[in-house]
Amino acid sequence: MSDAITWKGSALVDEVERRSGTAASACFQCHKCSTGCPVGPEMDLLSSQVMRLVQLGAEAEVLGSRAIWLCASCEACTTRCPMGIDIAGVMDALRIMAVEQKAASAGARAEIFNRSFLGSVRRHGRVFELGMMAAYKLRSGDLWGDVGKFPALLGKGKIALLPKSSGATAEVRDVFRRAAEEEQRP
Amino acid sequence: MKYAFFPGCSLESTAWDFAQSTRAVCAALDIELEDIPDWVCCGSTPAHASNASLALALPAMNLQKARRLGLPLMTACASCYARLRTANYKIRDDDAARQRVQRITGAAYDGRVEVRHVLDVLVNDLGLAAIRARVRRPLEGLRVASYYGCLLARPPEIVALDDPEHPTCLDDLVMATGAESVTWPYKTECCGASLAMTESGVVSRLGHRLLSMARQAGAECIVVACPLCQMNLDLRQPDAAKAHGPLPQTPVLYFTQLLGLALGLSAKELGLRALSVSADALLADRGAAAATKGTP
Repeated sequence: MSDAITWKGSALVDEVERRSGTAASACFQCHKCSTGCPVGPEMDLLSSQVMRLVQLGAEAEVLGSRAIWLCASCEACTTRCPMGIDIAGVMDALRIMAVEQKAASAGARAEIFNRSFLGSVRRHGRVFELGMMAAYKLRSGDLWGDVGKFPALLGKGKIALLPKSSGATAEVRDVFRRAAEEEQRP
Repeated sequence: MKYAFFPGCSLESTAWDFAQSTRAVCAALDIELEDIPDWVCCGSTPAHASNASLALALPAMNLQKARRLGLPLMTACASCYARLRTANYKIRDDDAARQRVQRITGAAYDGRVEVRHVLDVLVNDLGLAAIRARVRRPLEGLRVASYYGCLLARPPEIVALDDPEHPTCLDDLVMATGAESVTWPYKTECCGASLAMTESGVVSRLGHRLLSMARQAGAECIVVACPLCQMNLDLRQPDAAKAHGPLPQTPVLYFTQLLGLALGLSAKELGLRALSVSADALLADRGAAAATKGTP
């Protein structure tokens, strides 16, 4: 059993609502989101539990969970929530907060994937898959996963050996810089 | 009919056959496509999971480029489709979001460029009757599971294509080719999407569920409208079988490839060689032998 949750008033739920633009406080624990969640079996917290912990202000538990990184953004929860809460949007807000507060769980490989993916987009304006996968493998230490699939992918022309950059790469770099600044605005 | 075409990153690499078959089918049906010059990545899941401003600005850049062409935007990737429509939805009625996009991209954008999926264009703009009239090689006897995945169906107020729990437009298109579209319960269940890289065990489990249910419902192949669905069900089929029990080999085609075959296009024109689980034997058995030989 973990320790009792420290009550932090509504600070966490307010912050999540501000970022996601959805009423996380409206959740009344019907569990419909958890019932239809495709990754429920692998999650350490079900989506309805994440929602309740957000309301309770249990920041460390939520931001350090594997659940927020296992969410596949399939939007089944958002579509089915009887209170119209954008639960997938709440997961996005929590992932962003976890990274900002350096609270992401050690098993958050999706966070490493996201960084590798966006690094590729920033450089080329588009995803260069080979470069993105190499960056992900080096950062995550998962060097051998899927390596056996490479010859088949190459043979079928599914992996480009050189990036096909967009003509708008300078524009994209500016957009990345200004989007980062935008997130710092009060 | 003319659209500004947004291919997206996957259609230039892992899903080149989706790009090729989309272009071939549109050409055959007199749907004109003009590529958006210098399009950029839509940001996909990594952007909306990392930076809310970036998740608006990257799609907005493309929508601004489409605006300059003066055409509605058409895309084939279900994920790009959802990201572009989500950006429009968030920008359209929110002054703060509009101002933010203007500060980041340096240009005004009102969130009103129309975003269409190729399935929507085929079924709703061209129409099933027109498609039926162009079928030269009906795929009679072929039993297909129409798989929509997540992002063509959800959330309904954003993608606005069909019913979120029981969509039928892809089934209708499959039936227009002369094939049978089986009734099955997992047509909008998730395949695990980009978790393939980071949580391959999840994708094996979900893939096995989808493939075995499609088979149980009597399907011989699956048609998809998303590069991630295709890859997770096709390339990763052996992983699913290894982890969760044997599966019969099940070809997973893009719906544009299936439609192209019915329209009389060749396997080569439709990029069928890109499939990991070959569809040749299946299609040869079903009277589409000419297609697999490469001659229409």
